[in-house]
Amino acid sequence: MSRAVTIPAILLAPVQLIGKLLLEFTSELGRFGILMGRITKELGAIFSRRELFIRECVRLGVESLPLVLLVGLFTGAVSGWQLHYQLEGYMPFDMIGPGVFKSIVLEMGPVLTGLVISGRVAASIAAELGTMKVTEQIDALESMAISSTRYLAVPRIAAMTMMTPVLVTQVNFIAIMGAWFVTTVFLSLTSSQFFGLIPSFFDLYDVFSGLLKSLFFGMSSAMIGCYVGFDASGGAEGVGSATIKAFVWSSLTVLVLDFLLAMILF
Amino acid sequence: MIISRGIKKSFGGKQVLRGVDMQIDSGESLVIIGQSGCGKSVFLKHLVGLLDPDAGEILVDGDRISNAKRADVYRIRMKFGVLFQSAALFDSMSVEQNVGLGLVEHTKMTKGEIDKRVAECLEMVSLSGIQKQMPSELSGGMRKRVGLARAIAMKPQYILYDEPTTGLDPITADSINDLIIQMQQELKVTSIIVTHDMVSAFKIADRLVMLHLGRVIFSGTEQEIKTQSIDIVRRFIAGESEDKQVVTHYF
Repeated sequence: MSRAVTIPAILLAPVQLIGKLLLEFTSELGRFGILMGRITKELGAIFSRRELFIRECVRLGVESLPLVLLVGLFTGAVSGWQLHYQLEGYMPFDMIGPGVFKSIVLEMGPVLTGLVISGRVAASIAAELGTMKVTEQIDALESMAISSTRYLAVPRIAAMTMMTPVLVTQVNFIAIMGAWFVTTVFLSLTSSQFFGLIPSFFDLYDVFSGLLKSLFFGMSSAMIGCYVGFDASGGAEGVGSATIKAFVWSSLTVLVLDFLLAMILF
Repeated sequence: MIISRGIKKSFGGKQVLRGVDMQIDSGESLVIIGQSGCGKSVFLKHLVGLLDPDAGEILVDGDRISNAKRADVYRIRMKFGVLFQSAALFDSMSVEQNVGLGLVEHTKMTKGEIDKRVAECLEMVSLSGIQKQMPSELSGGMRKRVGLARAIAMKPQYILYDEPTTGLDPITADSINDLIIQMQQELKVTSIIVTHDMVSAFKIADRLVMLHLGRVIFSGTEQEIKTQSIDIVRRFIAGESEDKQVVTHYF
């Protein structure tokens, strides 16, 4: 007769923990998928309720402009300064302009804007929708036969998908201007030295791929903000947790997507 | 008419509704009473399809709203107006935008017609002239009144009230009770009110239903409930604390 094998609790605990985390992750993924399915079905609302879409473009996009421009300006300035330091004695300073251009347009502009958007937009969407959820405002909307995904999520996601590339375009420009300003005013470069070689290194595909990445960053941040907000529960504490969760998840998603898209695009 | 058949609902292993059977006739004012946590608000959310039951069904004028397709649920919800416990006014919208939202979303009315209807609804709840105010500027009683104005804007057949007098002083609470009666008489709607405020319940109810531990344990008129021998019902309306032995014995 076989004897039952007793597994010590100390060995079972990690397995139980992994199982629990896996179940929670699968459950979250399922709920996220269902919400995204609903949103996809209701995308037509962008055209039927244009004023909601435009309002979110202004609120989430245009109002983010001062912050992202400031980030872009200083990022560009630091890039110019650092590149000057790195190239000194090794390569001609004429390469600073193309170096800044490539690094900003390909990577720093989209990723930094994506991270700022995660902090400002994803977190604010999660906080706003989370508050609406715990104060029954979303139930009120639904009870009036108004789809909360159509009314609240679709305009936000569409607005951020469209506005992030617009923001990145402006960040790219201001960052390059920041680098130009620093290298010409504080360092020894002339404007023609800075801009001279940029046309030779200019590739439209670089600009396009940077903007394409930013489109995914904006979309994913808004999607995560909406999901986390709709999923919030438990009063003020729940809203606080949702805000943090939205920021952490969307920031990580921006970085992971950046890597995956780099593999696909280059 | 709304029919509830064997509604069961659990949250995370905790069974809140254990088979609720109920019939709500058109035009009546039904008050659902019961202790906090007995499942009253959860049941109310099932009526309007905000929650789907684990078992059982809700039929609204013969149409099943439980576990129905979203399009069908929204079609049936057009028959309802809901006043939530906290009023649930949209913070970012003014009073007129709150009251007129359903009209903007579901009708082809012009701005002028919507404004007129919003003014009518606000007048019904005695709050004329506050269209431009924001919810944060209103008192608790005013918020409930605006919530009620929003609930009646689409001329619903059924109005659901979730704890309409909770958190209000007795005078404001009484004015809300008067409003519920006024809506019932003027608009000829079916009112379903969830409350544990027995003063309100006796004032507004045509019929009372008591939920306890997720089941209906009483259904009848004010006179019938006052002469009830079921101990838990008697204690509840008298406001006496429960004897655990009696509860266990009853179930």
